[in-house]
Amino acid sequence: MKHEPDARGHFGPYGGRYVAETLMPALIELEQAYRKAVKDPVFNKLFHDILRDYVGRPSPLYLAERLTKAYGGARLYLKREDLNHTGAHKINNTIGQALLARRMGKTRLMAETGAGQHGVATATAAALLGMECEVFMGEEDIRRQAPNVQRMQFLGAGIHPVHSGTATLKDAMSEAMRAWVARVDDTFYVIGSVAGPHPYPSMVRTFQSVIGTETRAQILEKTGRLPDMVIACVGGGSNAAGIFSAFLDKTSVRLVGVEAAGFGIRTGKHAASIGAGSIGILHGSKSYLLQDNDGQVQNAHSVSAGLDYPGVGPQHAHWADTARVEYCSITDTEALQAFDDLTRLEGILPALESSHALAEAKKRSRKLGARATIVINLSGRGDKDLDNIVSYKQKHRKH
Amino acid sequence: MNRITQTFQTLRRQGRKALIGYLTAGDPDLKTSERNIRLALANGLDLLELGVPFSDPTADGPSIQSAGRRALASGANLKQILAMAARLRRSFKTPMILFSYANPLFRYGYTKLCRDAKRAGIDGLLVVDLPFEESAELRAPMKRHRLLFIQLIAPTTSPERARRLLAEADGFVYYILVKGVTGARTRRVPPTRRVFNAKKNIDRLRTCTDLPIAAGFGISDGAQAHEAARHADAVVVGSALVEAARKGRLAELVRELAAAVHGV
Repeated sequence: MKHEPDARGHFGPYGGRYVAETLMPALIELEQAYRKAVKDPVFNKLFHDILRDYVGRPSPLYLAERLTKAYGGARLYLKREDLNHTGAHKINNTIGQALLARRMGKTRLMAETGAGQHGVATATAAALLGMECEVFMGEEDIRRQAPNVQRMQFLGAGIHPVHSGTATLKDAMSEAMRAWVARVDDTFYVIGSVAGPHPYPSMVRTFQSVIGTETRAQILEKTGRLPDMVIACVGGGSNAAGIFSAFLDKTSVRLVGVEAAGFGIRTGKHAASIGAGSIGILHGSKSYLLQDNDGQVQNAHSVSAGLDYPGVGPQHAHWADTARVEYCSITDTEALQAFDDLTRLEGILPALESSHALAEAKKRSRKLGARATIVINLSGRGDKDLDNIVSYKQKHRKH
Repeated sequence: MNRITQTFQTLRRQGRKALIGYLTAGDPDLKTSERNIRLALANGLDLLELGVPFSDPTADGPSIQSAGRRALASGANLKQILAMAARLRRSFKTPMILFSYANPLFRYGYTKLCRDAKRAGIDGLLVVDLPFEESAELRAPMKRHRLLFIQLIAPTTSPERARRLLAEADGFVYYILVKGVTGARTRRVPPTRRVFNAKKNIDRLRTCTDLPIAAGFGISDGAQAHEAARHADAVVVGSALVEAARKGRLAELVRELAAAVHGV
């Protein structure tokens, strides 16, 4: 199966470039610069040097023995992206894009953010390379993720609160696209997920593929064989695309993407675009989307700000259709239970996003059996979520 | 002949420039919106852009964003908007363009859309976030139903690209005057500089196409419209009309703009 998009960025019927004409020349320029950069040994060396010495890669692959025992089945390995500098996988991509921006002569970075992890990672890359940075963030997310807002401000980024719509990631991305149109000459738009117009979905996946490349080498070294299953959470889908990328050609490895079921798919309050959405066009690409019959985009819901998005990267839509990746969903409650499990059993506080992947592993572990191995992408750490978890638990205890 | 082409030919013969007006259909509800559109058409619009509201209008500034929100809150959808177009068509001969984001049209179904739009008396489509490269799927049924595909050209579009895009375009070219979203402009660029750039860019665009050129984005009063009409064949006003409709000054503004544009 082919995993690269066609010349115009289509993965099967998905992807493409659905943007205003003003942005088309910028996207074509970006694509050309990106293609050149990834073939340039100097660029690649610089990228990987920074990932090693600054981000702290390779991130460990950790056998969670107490969690394995508690879940009573497959051996559970955690890919520790939470140990990266800034606490999540997002930094891999922002370093890559910031280096590309500098190479293209841009002086200003701009980003949207949901959980704030991508915003922090972009602000960090901007500080490292001496660039200006502007971050668009929904007001609701600013409330949910206060510590990350402070971090971005300390790093020198300007924060633009977005009030429109549900004031979450979707609206932040719309506002970032509007702002980009106005400053397209000097500004590089750093998209944080495998979403948006071509070449972002394949570019972000390429910069995140380091997760998969390392995981494959590490699991072979530790167990002498490939894992039976790799599980990752999917909002836009960048950590999943990154870790899946190294296993796509090995069909013996089952790949599982976990969407957020929020209060439950049947309640309509969820973020499962693949599980319960339909094909549509949003933020520059065609993919699965939560929308009504008139093509108006519906609000997503998830306790996890990073998964609270009504769309999904176009390549995930294609992997879903071709059945290379299985997609399923986990509710807020199940994710919080998995958060508690990992914290108590292993002393690791996972991000609420990653807790969705852990919760899915819990469901699958026993069935796969003790001889199987599962790799879970622990895409980020949960420190940013503590206030949110406390208030969620208080609210739901009362009901 | 398509009404758009015909209108531009007539105006050209008379040596006149055209006023194109945008209004969001269904803002703040379908009934009020239809009344406003009739008012605008009766007071001097040469061509109507009928805006389809969308939940995530990434190319629009605050005025049209709010108009879309009001329209959606009132329950407006494409089916009702096409029914409104059909009613307008019974009273007016003015060309009408459906102005939309891709998703509401995609969801409706491109083929069904073209058939229903044609029946309602729509003459062309302008889809903000459907660049030429993604448009083949829509252009095929448009061609069958003789709807014109209106091409947007931006200040960032190179002449080579403009030439390639305009080879397939029809009706007129919509030239976006500024880098940015729709609506009133920031003060960063002085107006004289803007007009100079616009003139330069429109002159350059003339070397790429014989189609009439309409200039829009950021034009809100008679003086600006007059200035733009000196260089372009038509002037598009959107956000300012949306705001004027809210304040009950729509007829007044349309008359002011029409006088400014037609007086060139």
